[in-house]
Amino acid sequence: MTIALKATDLAKTFDIGKRLIGPPRAQVHAVHPVSFEVQTGETLGVVGESGCGKSTLARMLVGLLPPTSGSIEIEGRALDRADPAAFGRLIQYVFQDPVSSLNPRKTIRQIIEVPLRLLHGLRGKALDDRIAELFDAVNLRPEFLSRYPHEFSGGQAQRIGIARALAASPRIVILDEPVSALDVSVQAQVLNLLADLKAEFNLTYLFISHDLAVVEAVSDRIAVLYFGSIVETGPAEKVFAAPRHPYTSLLADSAPVVGRPLGGAQSGELPDPLNPPPGCAFAGRCPRASDVCRAKVPELRAVEGDQFVACHHPLDP
Amino acid sequence: MSLFLRLLFRNKLAGFGAVVLGVIVLLALLTPILPLHLPNETNTANRFLRPMSEGHLLGTDHLGRDLLSRLMWGTRLSLAVGFAAALVAGLLGAAIGVMAGYFGGRTDNVTMRGVDMLMAFPYILLALAIVAVLGPGLLNALIAVAVVNIPFFARNIRGVTVGIAHREFIDAAKLAGMGHTRILLTEVVPNIVPVVVIAMSTTIGWMILETAGLSFLGLGSQPPQADLGSMLGEARSALITAPHTSIVPGVMILLIVMSVNLLGDGIRDALDPRLRSGALARPMATTRVERAEAPAPKGEGLLRIDDLETQFHVGSRIYKAVNKVSLDLKPGECLGLIGESGSGKSVTALSVMGLVASPPGVITGGAVRLEGRDLIGAPYEVLRSLRGRKVAYIFQDPLSTLHPLYHIGDQLIEAIRVHEHVTHAQAHERAVKLLEDVRIPNAGARAKAYPHELSGGMRQRVGIAMALANDPDIIIADEPTTALDVTVQAQILALLSDLRRDRGLAILFITHDFGVVGQLCDRVAVMYGGRIVEAGDTAEVLAAPAHPYTKRLIACVPELGGGRRELAAIPGLPPAVDDLPAGCAFAPRCDKAQTACRADEIDLTGDTHKVRCLYPEGAS
Ligand SMILES: Nc1ncnc2c1ncn2[C@@H]1O[C@H](COP(=O)(O)OP(=O)(O)OP(=O)(O)O)[C@@H](O)[C@H]1O
Ligand code: SF4
Ligand code: SF4
Ligand SMILES: [Mg+2]
Repeated sequence: MTIALKATDLAKTFDIGKRLIGPPRAQVHAVHPVSFEVQTGETLGVVGESGCGKSTLARMLVGLLPPTSGSIEIEGRALDRADPAAFGRLIQYVFQDPVSSLNPRKTIRQIIEVPLRLLHGLRGKALDDRIAELFDAVNLRPEFLSRYPHEFSGGQAQRIGIARALAASPRIVILDEPVSALDVSVQAQVLNLLADLKAEFNLTYLFISHDLAVVEAVSDRIAVLYFGSIVETGPAEKVFAAPRHPYTSLLADSAPVVGRPLGGAQSGELPDPLNPPPGCAFAGRCPRASDVCRAKVPELRAVEGDQFVACHHPLDP
Repeated sequence: MSLFLRLLFRNKLAGFGAVVLGVIVLLALLTPILPLHLPNETNTANRFLRPMSEGHLLGTDHLGRDLLSRLMWGTRLSLAVGFAAALVAGLLGAAIGVMAGYFGGRTDNVTMRGVDMLMAFPYILLALAIVAVLGPGLLNALIAVAVVNIPFFARNIRGVTVGIAHREFIDAAKLAGMGHTRILLTEVVPNIVPVVVIAMSTTIGWMILETAGLSFLGLGSQPPQADLGSMLGEARSALITAPHTSIVPGVMILLIVMSVNLLGDGIRDALDPRLRSGALARPMATTRVERAEAPAPKGEGLLRIDDLETQFHVGSRIYKAVNKVSLDLKPGECLGLIGESGSGKSVTALSVMGLVASPPGVITGGAVRLEGRDLIGAPYEVLRSLRGRKVAYIFQDPLSTLHPLYHIGDQLIEAIRVHEHVTHAQAHERAVKLLEDVRIPNAGARAKAYPHELSGGMRQRVGIAMALANDPDIIIADEPTTALDVTVQAQILALLSDLRRDRGLAILFITHDFGVVGQLCDRVAVMYGGRIVEAGDTAEVLAAPAHPYTKRLIACVPELGGGRRELAAIPGLPPAVDDLPAGCAFAPRCDKAQTACRADEIDLTGDTHKVRCLYPEGAS
């Protein structure tokens, strides 16, 4: 097995209230230093609630945001320059809002052509053939090429977004909430298509979502993000079935499931990013919190096999 | 383009402006070939001839020059300078705005501070200062007018560009290998052109006026060259003795500026996407009703909806958003209404209190009875007195019901005092109590918070507190937790469930999530293509769905704990409600469909567990 994507101590800090000269008024640590690896052909699921840094992490991985510190390696090559075009051939992105990710004033052909022309220098017949091939791969009819984005439903627009990402022939695709904007009956169509494409083109996925059940269904491994840090990672079948971090357990209990009484109705909000707590960020909501939790930030460590958890008092399996 | 013209001329004033301006521009263009006197030909013997004099239709000025000729040449010049100034200001301003908005950060900061500084000067003073530095002359006046208008364009365009630069298609373009220049030219600029056109069309009139002003002061066109401003300036000394020399250019300026502004407003309205969708007319206070007669009530219930039909009439198309929907809600009961996007859930909910926007919404049939009293077609005052007091709404986005500029406490007090005559202090006490009821920690202090200072979950709790303010009997909750995180969603659902028990509230809960329905609702109704396709006790429907659509939709929902797997999907798309198939709306996607399914409308049959299908599941 080779490593497709490796992030080492990747972190991002945003300045708040920038001034013309002098330091900013405040800083927000959107992503604390995180390290992880994704094997070739694997799907790593990333879950977390809004504001926990999922999209910031994803945007750093594709070079849309320069990291504050840390490094990214793709298939052993370091990518330290935030140049989306250099990243583009190796790693691509599928956006959450399928309609907003397509320029309303361009036809679908114009949209799909761009990566083929700019990243792979295709012209003329080779270009047409490749477009036809891509459209076929995502099950869209060729006559759609001359239409404009607003003429498509969410599911169709998301297929177009996927076709555009594939056009760059990347090794890795970051899927940022790719089905959140879609209806359930259409969501499964897109998820199954993604699974087929992965097998066909031997891709590696990083799948971001807030829907635990969806993540569990498509991932090999799952990383749980809370307040900018990875708090638990492990095999998909174990993370929610036998969570070791109290937050993962809360997440799993909160997901509405038919036949289970309303649960997880625990109060407490995310900590204030401008004024983060000194120890474990979850301490304010955690039933197991102790003094050491409030003083010292827990490190991510192995608890059992390949399940890792950042907690001073992990749950028993 | 033809759509644009049609929209433009729907506005009568804009059409009038277009015609007047068209005539003026045409005449100005034709001036060189019209049989006119030379504009600068003096003839002191014929000074101050009155209009209608022999050979001089509009008379002559203090040097005996033909006024008609000077007016035409002057108009020509003024228009040209005005257009040129608008073009220069528009292009330069747009360029600055696009750069600042797209690159952001320091570039943005520095340029925008500069622009702010320019804007801090009084307009005309700045123009005068520029001309003073450059020296008088028409070209310099043009430069001055253009420069003072650049900040306006830069600000406007920057705002729009920031919006576009954060759209995802810009990120996608970067990942597709486009450089900044290419993105600016092919992705950003095409999307801001309409805004630039709007801004130009609404300011060009003022620029013509400003240029005239400078010329009037002798800083613009130099004698003997005529433009409208300098004609006025020269006529000033003879204002009393020969008023026509002032009136003639004055009326022309008035005509030009007025017609340009009318046309500009028309262009703005026609290009504005919000106004384009046919909503030019003012919305009505309640939904329009066009129904033959109310159907007889089919039973009891706190709230009964019988055969409700709500449609949207857009142009020649009719969208049957809600088609013969019947629901009933008993006191203290929670009824789930579930369906995919566009199935008509929200329109059903909004129809209850006549909240569907008209135009284009029309209620074409059915009845909504609250404690036996029909609300369809009830006068606005009646509905308003019931809204909040009997039936309250909670929406997906609480920001849409909260005013951004008032403390949440004050908004609650306001809501309480609409229906009840209590003192401010009493209302305040109640407001804090309500915030405590929805479990907002430290409610007394939080009452002083603005909506944007609260997290999404907190805001939704305030939304619920607003709904509870007047102790309603019924709450209609339209996807109140869809925008929230799972842990917060669980809190809100638990809260609603407790409130229902404590206060005996009846809830109509709209959602697309079977898990939520399963946990919260006693009964559930499934909507598809504007119709109820299945209804019954939640447990029964979820355990043994009778309609093929319900069954397959449930199968699509991944459940936690299932591990890695292939997910079920329903091929195809939900139907468009302006083009519903005859017979069963699900037939194109149903693998059990027979010819009979496509022939006629299918009834909702069954006693407690109702289903609209010829070949329901489980029946053989
Ligand atoms: N103002 C409007 N003008 C024209 N058609 C409209 C308007 N509002 C709604 N519709 C149409 O009415 C139908 C039902 O819409 P509705 O909003 O009730 O769906 P919904 O079930 O609430 O969907 P969602 O889950 O997306 O909220 C849709 O086809 C929609 O396009
Ligand atoms: S470190 Fe302490 S507070 Fe944090 S999750 Fe673990 S037990 Fe809870
Ligand atoms: S009526 Fe026919 S087409 Fe419609 S759901 Fe039933 S079996 Fe399928
Ligand atoms: Mg809705």
